[in-house]
Amino acid sequence: MSDITKQSLSELIKNIKDKKLSSTEVTKAFVERSEKSKELNAYVTEDFSAAIDKAKKFDENPNLDLKLPGIPMAVKDLFCTKNVKTTAGSKILNNFIPTYESTVTQNIWNEGAILLGKLNCDEFAMGSSNETSFFGCVQNPIDKDLVPGGSSGGSSSAVAAQLTPITIGTDTGGSIRQPASFTGIVGLKPTYGSCSRYGIVAFASSLDQAGPMAQNVRDCALLHEVISSYDEKDSTSIDFKRNNYVKELTNNIKGKKIGIPKEYRVDAMPKEIEDLWKKGIDYAKDCGAEIIDISLPHTNYALPTYYIVAPAEASSNLARYDGVKYGFRADGENLIDMYEKTRSEGFGAEVQRRIMIGTYVLSSGYYDAYYLKAQKVRKLIKNDFDEAYKKVDAILTPSTPSSAFKIGEKTNDPVSMYLNDIFTVPVNLAGLPGISIPAGHDAKGYPLGLQIIGKAFDEQNLLNIAYAMEEKINFKNKITDWWIK
Amino acid sequence: MIVCDIFNYHMSIDLKTIKHISKLSRISVDEKKAEKLAGDLNSIFEFIEKLNELKTDNVQPLTSVAETTLKLRDDEVKSKNLREQIIKNSPQENEDYFVVPKVIE
Repeated sequence: MSDITKQSLSELIKNIKDKKLSSTEVTKAFVERSEKSKELNAYVTEDFSAAIDKAKKFDENPNLDLKLPGIPMAVKDLFCTKNVKTTAGSKILNNFIPTYESTVTQNIWNEGAILLGKLNCDEFAMGSSNETSFFGCVQNPIDKDLVPGGSSGGSSSAVAAQLTPITIGTDTGGSIRQPASFTGIVGLKPTYGSCSRYGIVAFASSLDQAGPMAQNVRDCALLHEVISSYDEKDSTSIDFKRNNYVKELTNNIKGKKIGIPKEYRVDAMPKEIEDLWKKGIDYAKDCGAEIIDISLPHTNYALPTYYIVAPAEASSNLARYDGVKYGFRADGENLIDMYEKTRSEGFGAEVQRRIMIGTYVLSSGYYDAYYLKAQKVRKLIKNDFDEAYKKVDAILTPSTPSSAFKIGEKTNDPVSMYLNDIFTVPVNLAGLPGISIPAGHDAKGYPLGLQIIGKAFDEQNLLNIAYAMEEKINFKNKITDWWIK
Repeated sequence: MIVCDIFNYHMSIDLKTIKHISKLSRISVDEKKAEKLAGDLNSIFEFIEKLNELKTDNVQPLTSVAETTLKLRDDEVKSKNLREQIIKNSPQENEDYFVVPKVIE
């Protein structure tokens, strides 16, 4: 069967279940395409020969009742994978080989999937372009020298370029949705507490969530169903009744109320984004949804709040990298000197910047002015959403304020880089689920995404709206395989 | 982009402050890096100062997005014999111990 890598996850599963394809054939096809695609720099660690061995073993005695039977899959290098190097895109973890497995990846392997390798990402997931990775930037398959977004940039690039049928990323301020938007794929950030954080390299613990990145909404729903679980190893994991997201997927969203927040009409929003949003509203109406204007008055304060809360939590989480327990160690004259040199040489510039911001806002004399203030504003932001959800079932916005930018374009201006996450950050601060679906192209032919934000734990409704709109939008990604010689 | 107003009490972060934060963060910085960091942090804090426009005296800080209480569990040991696994990734090990530069003269 030709063009295996062009098939969606759902098609591959059907073909494996119908015995039209073996896991070995599928795995080899993705390995071969990945081998030809090294220029994208999507992988940090390849585990190809082990993957083919596992596929052969699966085929000897295939369990076709599993949800991901013999499906090969690469994952973001932020998930700890037992006995497979896990770097978080950092020099400081360059030689770290976990002795345990993250709950989310364990859920995936339990359903029959096979690890292809670990995907590049911004260092400790801190970045919006994958340029902060110790392992170099990733190419966007849409065009040469274009960023794939971040921090899950290796993940978005790999799905869009069909190096893996599907993947998982993590999202702290937009790190699944923004790269999905930049590469023309679907990305879901679930409700905080839906997916276990156990075994995920921590960035900002009150914001981090794992989620699926896929070619379409159905595949996304399927992977979400697999990864979402209650886990007592994560004290913030929430024990609620999870749906059979695929089985219950429907494009009937007639009468659903969708809110349009006026505050997302930011200054200097490119006309293309404005137009995309209008088109999105029309698509939603075509699906039978009712459009309602809403207000989220504290939207403008979300980014400044995020850039206090996230670095504060990061500075605390990253205190563990001390050159003693694991990872890179630099030589020093004494213990303190060793700590300081290890962290100075082991962390990249953006991570150091954020540790410094976080340390400052938590330091004596500044805590109330910054951290406490931010937690209060965060409450106001959450209240805005609570108020809006009395009137609507979901909220529709653009995913990003622009399409993908060129590598190097924003690296010298941290604030302009941070502004990329203006539409995604409020969702993390409020702990809500959000999905980005591809919805059109700009004048350069680069993909643009629309974001749908749901109520907490209402992923089913969110996926249904995305599914219905996806059908109307009928987006086709323009990928020319320019990197394959 | 950010309008300065009467609530804006941000003082610029000087090199002395950078040195202090670097000490707290256990990240060594030389003069050149300190200057670069001071520039970056000042532009970021200028952006963060926007929060001072908001009056929040009567707002309760958000401590958890999920309005649930933490689950209690029995205090029992579930993992055993992890010593080897725990030590496995240390940059320098000596039998069952982490090794660090000498701390006692």
